Amino acid sequence: MIQVKSTSHATRDGYGEEILELGSLDPNIYVVDADIGKSCKTIPFSRALPNQYVNVGIAEQNAAGVAAGLATCGKIPFVTTYAVFGSMRMVEQIRQEICYPNLNVKIACSHGGLTPANDGASHQAIEDMGILRTIPNMTVVMGADYQSTRKLVRAASQIHGPVFLRFTRDAVPDIYDADEEFTIGKGKRIREGSDVSIIACGEILSLAIQAADQMVRDGIRAEVIDMHTIKPLDRQIVEEALTRCGKVVAVEDHNIINGLGSAVCEVAAEMGTGKVARIGIRDQFGESAPYESLLRKNGITVENIIATCKEMCL
Amino acid sequence: MPNTEKIARLEAVAKIVREQIVTMIYQAQSGHPGGSLSAADIMTALYFDELNLRPEEPGWPDRDRFVLSKGHTCPVLYTCLAMRGFFGMEVLSTLRREGSILQGHPDMKRCPGVDISTGSLGQGISTAVGMALAGRRDHKAYRVFTLVGDGESNEGQVWEAVQTAAKYSLDNLVIILDRNRLQNDGACADVMPNGDICGKFTAFGCKVWEIDGHDMSQIVGALDEIRADGSGRPKCIVAYTVKGKGVSFMENVPVWHGMAPNAEQYGQAMKDLEEGIE
Repeated sequence: MIQVKSTSHATRDGYGEEILELGSLDPNIYVVDADIGKSCKTIPFSRALPNQYVNVGIAEQNAAGVAAGLATCGKIPFVTTYAVFGSMRMVEQIRQEICYPNLNVKIACSHGGLTPANDGASHQAIEDMGILRTIPNMTVVMGADYQSTRKLVRAASQIHGPVFLRFTRDAVPDIYDADEEFTIGKGKRIREGSDVSIIACGEILSLAIQAADQMVRDGIRAEVIDMHTIKPLDRQIVEEALTRCGKVVAVEDHNIINGLGSAVCEVAAEMGTGKVARIGIRDQFGESAPYESLLRKNGITVENIIATCKEMCL
Repeated sequence: MPNTEKIARLEAVAKIVREQIVTMIYQAQSGHPGGSLSAADIMTALYFDELNLRPEEPGWPDRDRFVLSKGHTCPVLYTCLAMRGFFGMEVLSTLRREGSILQGHPDMKRCPGVDISTGSLGQGISTAVGMALAGRRDHKAYRVFTLVGDGESNEGQVWEAVQTAAKYSLDNLVIILDRNRLQNDGACADVMPNGDICGKFTAFGCKVWEIDGHDMSQIVGALDEIRADGSGRPKCIVAYTVKGKGVSFMENVPVWHGMAPNAEQYGQAMKDLEEGIE
């Protein structure tokens, strides 16, 4: 059974290692950096594959445009930056020059959610996935841990079209083994249960697993789904959860507005079935603080997931 | 072909290009005539002399690329593409119509010969840099031309793109600035002065040519020099032009940035283009 391990890695490290491997195998894989390659773990790529590496300096909008031009010539560029910049500083360039022509550009972003905790609100990306989710042709993905991030980065390189990939700055618990397989757009059910379904995205999955396992002693069987792709959302697995359990708790390191929780609510509302609770950032900016403290301030904790599930099961 | 003969031929083509621009915007009752007409001579020189293209194979990997960074002036691009045979001339009358390949701003997915979708200012030039960089990395001989507006160069992204072109010594990139001195709200000098625009491009690492953008021999001459240039730097042509060039009541009048002529104005415009104006 998939368990939360005692080891941890930042998922940005998974990106850095995977992109180096992908680039070594395919000369069309490019990295377009914007002067934060060091933090985004692309320096080994730049050293090993200088002919596939571009650094445009602190100019994210141009990075998106240069990547679009490269893509028209058969390259598969990974524009690499922080999630705040990759979703907002260059969002119109992504829309106009990448998504509208449906070019094969990936936006690979470290520092997702509250994970750049000490950096404060300016660097914490709490709106990014929601913003990108509203742009046609865009796929939005966040792996839960190091191994799944590597697999999802690889999968993103193999599908044609724009993909927004989000990574953590800080180390987060390892969950998966290296042989686990992932398909973009397919949620992964990692606990079976029929009382309540916990659907989680990103590193918060580890909290969801712990919550589900602790509720067993209270006689509550909780399903847990790793929803690494919030667009296109795996509608089928959400419909199954709403049908089987009738109750869904969506958990994410993102604003509760327009992220995973909203996407699940959209399905529930259209089905007219089930009840959804959203756990995530409570539509407020963060601050410089330890990561766990920021999560606590937003109720993104094992205890609150359990309390929310129990309340729904009453 | 002797140069004078070529110049005369291109001038004759440019006249037809202008007539088509005005006609398609009149038919659509929507579009941007001013900046299309200011760029007509430059675009004619590119599409009927300079660019290495295969209209029967629009995606030919070794073709020269063209990026209309000032995307709203697509009537001039559409006319050149149609006259070069990328699609039929009859398509020009579908500008801005529902279902047309000729969208209000260029759409690479719909229109053959459009190398990248544009329309949001400042962004096309970055894509041109990406194309030029790919050409360099792949040791391809193609070149990339991009037409940028002087109003457009208010956008900081233009300068982000130029500094990247200089960093990577993209001497296969030719930036052409349509210096018509007007933008949407009025004169560039009032809205946002361009300052020493040639000096700016030079300071950012380009080799700059200054020409009269309506003098076909100067346009062709600059393109000839650029082809032979061994400086290793990105090239920039600052082409001094007149917005609305060739139509008496449009020349240098800001409102013709984005307005279609009525029937009477259309008649006058075609007369101006046919007979010439002083």
